[in-house]
Amino acid sequence: MWQLSPHTTLLGKLWRCTFLVFCGAVFMFLVLPVLIVLPLSFNSEPYFNYPMPGFSWRWYQNIVENEMWMVSAKNSIIVGLASTALAVTLGTLAALGLSKPSLPLKKLIVGILISPMIVPLVITGVGMYIFYAKYNLTGNLPGIIIAHTVIGTPFVLISVTAALAGFNLNIARAGQSLGATPTYVFFKITMPLIMPGIIYGGLLAFTSSLDELVVVMFLAGVEERTIPMQMWTGLREQLSPSVLAAATILVILLVGLLLAAELLRRRRERYFVSAK
Amino acid sequence: MDKPHVQFIDVEKSYDGETLVVEKLNLDIFSGEFLTILGPSGSGKSTCLSMLAGFETATCGEIKLHGKSINSVAPHKRNFGVVFQNYALFPHMTVFDNLMFPLKVRKIPLADAHKKVHRALEMVWMGGFADRWPSQLSGGQQQRIAVARALVFTPDLILMDEPLGALDRQLREQLQQEIKQIHNELGVTFVYVTHDQNEAMTMSDRVAIFNQGVIQQLATPDSLYECPMNAFVAEFFGTNNRLIGKVLQDNGETCRVELKDGSQVEALAVNIHEAGTRTTLAIRPERVLIQPNRDDCPNVYKVKVKELTYRGDHIRIHTSLCENEDFVVKISNNEKKVNMNPGETVEIGWRVEDCRALDPYCSDSVCPI
Repeated sequence: MWQLSPHTTLLGKLWRCTFLVFCGAVFMFLVLPVLIVLPLSFNSEPYFNYPMPGFSWRWYQNIVENEMWMVSAKNSIIVGLASTALAVTLGTLAALGLSKPSLPLKKLIVGILISPMIVPLVITGVGMYIFYAKYNLTGNLPGIIIAHTVIGTPFVLISVTAALAGFNLNIARAGQSLGATPTYVFFKITMPLIMPGIIYGGLLAFTSSLDELVVVMFLAGVEERTIPMQMWTGLREQLSPSVLAAATILVILLVGLLLAAELLRRRRERYFVSAK
Repeated sequence: MDKPHVQFIDVEKSYDGETLVVEKLNLDIFSGEFLTILGPSGSGKSTCLSMLAGFETATCGEIKLHGKSINSVAPHKRNFGVVFQNYALFPHMTVFDNLMFPLKVRKIPLADAHKKVHRALEMVWMGGFADRWPSQLSGGQQQRIAVARALVFTPDLILMDEPLGALDRQLREQLQQEIKQIHNELGVTFVYVTHDQNEAMTMSDRVAIFNQGVIQQLATPDSLYECPMNAFVAEFFGTNNRLIGKVLQDNGETCRVELKDGSQVEALAVNIHEAGTRTTLAIRPERVLIQPNRDDCPNVYKVKVKELTYRGDHIRIHTSLCENEDFVVKISNNEKKVNMNPGETVEIGWRVEDCRALDPYCSDSVCPI
């Protein structure tokens, strides 16, 4: 793929150059801002510019010692885990149901379930605020968990649907013919085989919850602030590298999660290739 | 024969509520027999198997096992071993765990189960493969494991849905023999679906030939081949020469048929209507004689040899007769050497009993005459 074939024309070479420049630009705009900002969290001075006068852990210490940061971290984790668990369950069930060919109005149902991904979050947020207020679901964690479940479910639905598309129906049928109840077949056969899809969907739901700000702003009170909200207030009130330290921790956490999932997938793949 | 093991009684299946995939199916399957459902793709044969396995429900009619209806019995309670075309092994389990699956579900004591698994693996000549993963096996090996898995729990019935369809010819023939051998050893009832007439012929006790949702003929392979009752069966089961003509005279046992070019043929009246109606004549290529003796062969024609194909054990002579542009004569390659060249004219003929006058045949795409 990197080697140009000998019969490449001038136009072909030009195309190749354009392609490489484009790839470089994508990389630059996507990754560079993050890479530039992260080292600043180790700055010994509270400024956001290079060159850094010295290295220090003070901003990390700052976070750990600050009660607001710790509360928001705890909230983020609770909301993230709870909403992911709910989204994974609901999204997987929805994908299973939607994979049945006999289901009527399939497109409409998918459209509705996926709408939180498409509708601007501000609109979702306002709607949720008005609706949840009626049921006392504002200013408390359950409200945020439900909201993030709604936002996270489409990710699970999509990735599990994709996993099911590659799933050979006869494998489940074989399980049944061998005497297993549909439930047993699901837990012992279908679920292990679509697990990669479930894990990816769960990771996406978790990350979407972890950095979701707009809906949290509508629903959370001071006690329920999450990390993104704390970062947001931090940026507005006292611009300090603590925010960057928090961001660094988040980035490392998320990259770690994705790597773990990838490793898991590779280890499984070594044992079996999904049967066509 | 004794009471049927499985009975299809007026079974019909429609997916869309309009077209019937299976039409008024009545079929008795006897205990211990190897029954093959043979038909072209889309003939409804796989649907029949799916209904028997319980994956599909019949739109109407009844399927009985040992005289009791199983329409409302869930697939996992039927105790049938099913083998699929694409193996359908559980890829996340080793061969051993794949075979243990039905035994675990049935809560068979571990020591007993291990013994059964090893016996089943021995049966399919895969004794040393218990610890492999399905992805480490070739197609033929995977299918052997699938067969072992389908019989390890001593099912009532073994169903196979084109199990050898994905394998190459040599492997297919080998597995055909192996499956047949397993059938002989176990004596379990086999219901086997295939579109391959050779497979049906070599393996089955009886074959049900399916077309457009209807059984065309149900008989032993030899009687299907030698005494096809309609033109579809004659065409589908074995190679066949087809001639289209008009019934001139029905003499009861035999009849006279006029071909399009005016020549007349003396044939067995098997499935014809009154004089004047159309009929299809079916003649097996190996029953056509070269330079026949006119005394016992009323049907003699002069044809031009178009092409000779050498097939090792036999030679095929391609000629054209009447409107059949590819009338094939098979002569076995024995000590009598064939001295014939393309372009030559030869006399061919056949005996009355080798020429069957059947119903007017219409293949779906082209309708001759």
